[in-house]
Amino acid sequence: MAGFLVKRLWQSIILLIIVSMIGFGVLHLTPGGPLSQYALTPGMTQETMDRIAEQMGLNRPLPIQYLDWAWRLLQGDWGTSYRDQQPVLTVIGRHLFATMLLMVSSTVISIGLGTWIGIRGATHRYSTFDYTATVGAMIALSIPTFWFGLVGIYVFSLKLGWLPAGNMYTIGDGSVLDYLHHLILPSIVLALVNIAIWSRYMRTATLDVINQDFVKTARAKGVSERRVLMKHVVGNALLPMITLAGMQLPNLLSGALVTETVFTWPGMGRLFLDSLGYNDYPVVMGLLMFSAILVLLGNLIADLVAASIDPRIRLA
Amino acid sequence: MTAAEIHTHKHRWWRSRSVQRFMQHRLAIVGMVMLFLLTLACIVGPFLLPYDELYIDLRARFSPPLSGDHYLGTDPLGRDIAARLLMAGRISLLVGFFAMVLSTAIGTVIGVVAGYYGGKVNSALMRFVDAFLAFPSIFLLLALAAFINPSPVMITIIIAITSWMEIARIVEAEVKSLRERDFVMAGRMLGLRNSHIMFRELLPNMVGPIIVAATLTVARAILLEAYISFLGYGIQPPLPSWGNMLNGAQQYLATAPWLAIIPGITITIAVTSFNFIGDGLRDALDVRNDPA
Repeated sequence: MAGFLVKRLWQSIILLIIVSMIGFGVLHLTPGGPLSQYALTPGMTQETMDRIAEQMGLNRPLPIQYLDWAWRLLQGDWGTSYRDQQPVLTVIGRHLFATMLLMVSSTVISIGLGTWIGIRGATHRYSTFDYTATVGAMIALSIPTFWFGLVGIYVFSLKLGWLPAGNMYTIGDGSVLDYLHHLILPSIVLALVNIAIWSRYMRTATLDVINQDFVKTARAKGVSERRVLMKHVVGNALLPMITLAGMQLPNLLSGALVTETVFTWPGMGRLFLDSLGYNDYPVVMGLLMFSAILVLLGNLIADLVAASIDPRIRLA
Repeated sequence: MTAAEIHTHKHRWWRSRSVQRFMQHRLAIVGMVMLFLLTLACIVGPFLLPYDELYIDLRARFSPPLSGDHYLGTDPLGRDIAARLLMAGRISLLVGFFAMVLSTAIGTVIGVVAGYYGGKVNSALMRFVDAFLAFPSIFLLLALAAFINPSPVMITIIIAITSWMEIARIVEAEVKSLRERDFVMAGRMLGLRNSHIMFRELLPNMVGPIIVAATLTVARAILLEAYISFLGYGIQPPLPSWGNMLNGAQQYLATAPWLAIIPGITITIAVTSFNFIGDGLRDALDVRNDPA
């Protein structure tokens, strides 16, 4: 396990370095670069621009600038927001909880439903249920998340009046029940795509396991069909899902951004868009890097958890 | 097989097992029909409709669908939604198609080179692929979109930049599995150039997986364009796209829900078509079933 841990950590560090280079490249190789914010200021002259460039160290060679930037990143100095003059990490931290809340609740929904649909599809293969689930998953993957959110708001908020159309809580309330009430619609909207993905994977994984010898042995021993399914099949089929959950993290974050926009949810996605609107590049770059680091971390944790459960992974 | 047989075989590609399997795939046929009708409507439709997609009629703002000559109603400026929808379709489908072409090209080249050379070249390129996959695509796309001039061409390019990794991975895996085969060895011994072996000998063997992945990439590209245009960073009005028709639809949701419903259903139909076709191609071309 120690060997696997070291190898996996090392891979993550290398990936982190490449990720930071891409992030730095996005910021610097585009027209205007980090200076584009100042170029918009009225009355800006070339001399002033040059002076700012020198102050910011932008006239140094790119590799030096990169190292300087990366070193400051490592020390937690992610720059200052143009908008409210606060450190970027503080700004991101304020929006982290809302996004996490949304992602966790939607993941609970999608894993629950996706697992159930997948297993039922596999055990009742080629049934009406299986066929409907297959086609339904493909359609679910084709619906734009933000549009599904709009439809949800139209039906459940505007027409039926059951659920709030946006925000995380009612001002002046903010009880747990109030949070949950606001959470229902965005979580379901974000979950839709993932229910489709999980159910497809779960179906395949279950079919893989169901025909293996140890399942046949369990059946031959006279273990009840229900127990075979719950204990032997589901347990083994769920294992690859841990890695999958890590791999789905970037898509989940993308989906959260879109969902947050539609539901005015005060998370990282909302912050990203607001910052784009204000040309607040330090925050935009900070969020880009932060989300990628979150993904790398998620993948690492998923792999370590999977490896600690299944010794075969460590050897691969 | 004699030369004559090969000859007839070549001329009867539609009799091949793959084509027949595809034709028996119900969903794929449904997808093909939907896509054909949609494309036809986008090409021909604008010539048949009574209104231009840019014509502003302030007296007819917010007309609901089926009111007079505005078959699908009008938008907040009184522009005909049917005309805009079909012109938008041209743009959104073209952006989706060319983003697929570009990302397939990038992904294929990187995948073939990484898989063929192996070793350090492989690990360097594939780590690069992994790093790109670590960014949530919408975040990367929006960050790029904020810096560029959002013309349809640039939008196509940045969508391709964020969509090539899947194909690179698929191609790399295929090349790796074929690299040690006899025909590659023979090519090397004959002294063929590496580029010849890579793109003339190896590449034709993985057309199936590439076509399947490319089809699904069109679906993904259409969705990405819709997202960023909806958020206002994609195709810019007055040029219509399915995504930017939805931009602003939320504020009129209570009074004019058709503004949101019509383009959304159209996007779903287009993307579903490509996903159905991709599924059919996967079965027909016997590509290893990799659900995702």
